[in-house]
Amino acid sequence: MELFINQVLAGIATGAIYACMALAVVMIYQAIDHLNFAQGEMAMFSTFIAWQLMQWGVPYWWAFLLTLAFSFAGGIAIERMLFKPLAKAPVLTNVAGFIALFAIVNSVAGLTWDFTIKQFPTPFGSSPFLGSQLISTHQAGMIGVTVGLLILLYLFFQFTRIGLAMRAAASLPESARLVGINTSWMIALGWGMASAIGAIAGILIAPVVFLEPNMMGGVLIYGFAAAVLGGLTSPLGAVVGGFLVGVFENLAGTYIPGVGNELKLPIALALIITVLVLKPAGLFGRPIVKRV
Amino acid sequence: MTAMLNVKDLRAYYGQVQALHGLSFSLNEGSLTTLLGANGAGKTTTLRAICNMVRSTGAIEFEGKPLSGQSTENVVRLGIAHVPQGRGTFTTMTVEENLQLGAITRNDKKGVVADIERMYEHFPVLKERHTQQAGTLSGGEQQMLAVARALMLRPRLMLLDEPSFGLAPLIVRELFNILGKINREDKVTILVVEQNAQLALELADKAYVIETGRIVMSGSAAEIANNEDVRKSYLGY
Repeated sequence: MELFINQVLAGIATGAIYACMALAVVMIYQAIDHLNFAQGEMAMFSTFIAWQLMQWGVPYWWAFLLTLAFSFAGGIAIERMLFKPLAKAPVLTNVAGFIALFAIVNSVAGLTWDFTIKQFPTPFGSSPFLGSQLISTHQAGMIGVTVGLLILLYLFFQFTRIGLAMRAAASLPESARLVGINTSWMIALGWGMASAIGAIAGILIAPVVFLEPNMMGGVLIYGFAAAVLGGLTSPLGAVVGGFLVGVFENLAGTYIPGVGNELKLPIALALIITVLVLKPAGLFGRPIVKRV
Repeated sequence: MTAMLNVKDLRAYYGQVQALHGLSFSLNEGSLTTLLGANGAGKTTTLRAICNMVRSTGAIEFEGKPLSGQSTENVVRLGIAHVPQGRGTFTTMTVEENLQLGAITRNDKKGVVADIERMYEHFPVLKERHTQQAGTLSGGEQQMLAVARALMLRPRLMLLDEPSFGLAPLIVRELFNILGKINREDKVTILVVEQNAQLALELADKAYVIETGRIVMSGSAAEIANNEDVRKSYLGY
């Protein structure tokens, strides 16, 4: 029983990270109808920025905030320079753009900081949380920061004018323009926010998976699984999907014989395929109906 | 009276296909004008061209300012509200959020709150349903919401694209009464595109008839309503 609870809690902790990645993916998908394959690499790059700042002696939370600001600006810059010009291009052109972005960010990170793995600090420590052996303080911190982020995002989208405008631009761009919303900038803003959310995910998971240019590969696949499970059109679904995938991954690794740590990733891929076959809209998503 | 909107030699294109072939017309400030025509005549395209939602050439001036080259959102910010065909309702959002979106470019918070209340007076049914998802409203209610959303901009000019489409006759009459009231009381200049020529001509003071992308007739609504050809083609008697 102890093992079970332990695995569930650990699953929720990593699930929080998948939830963040899924949310970032969904935000961009809502805005431009494409999956950002480079989301993980962008998050990895942000994490390196945070690491570099700390190497230069910047305190953890200042480095955290500066990294978020950098990632936000970087996300907007990427959208303006690379994806705005591709807005009317065919799907495959966009996919090529994402793969190019993936390769470029990965190589630049490798070139700048090399491929050796690095320790990444945690501000929460890794002692048992509240004296319990079930969960560590860092895991509790991961969950806490993610939940706080989700609440802030919810308030932003529900109760601010710009949040309302972003939702309108994502749901019906043409109508949004007709009430005077600059939809193009709303897309850029979505990129900035997605990039910053990814940065939070990267910084939180780095103490667990260690920092190196390929650290987010697996995480992003779980993030995709989460987004697909929850429904690509639903931010709430992405979050729920993230936690579910985290727990599912851990339990499968523990209880299904032969899965262990090595076969966890194929499980995420199997989950993506299963959902796409059985319920393509995901748990919370709207079925997409297109008039042709 | 000065012309508020001046359209000269408007030509519009969908890809290689030309939809408008040199349209010219003008709207006087405070007027209620209707643009009549059969399916495919170019009515919707004309409205879309004013808001720069379709590739076009020619000159469009609004209160002396040229609109060509402006983005759709900037045209709207000049005070031109466009109620599109199919209403453009934000179906996943609440009725109240739809109204707030109509005023998203305005900075006077108190004025917006007051205007939302005013819309609820104009359209009591929207007040009853203000927390409902807009997609759950009936067609008529959604059309009311679309008009209310457009009014939240406090527009100088309102463009309506077939507001009667798909609505029951009684609802259409109610809607047109409200449009007349808005035109008279709020001094909003209105251009309404319609297939329901009879009602539109009762409401409007001026009318244009377009066929295959050209204006073929213009005059006061009464003149047009009494014209033999119009009666045969559009009024059916």
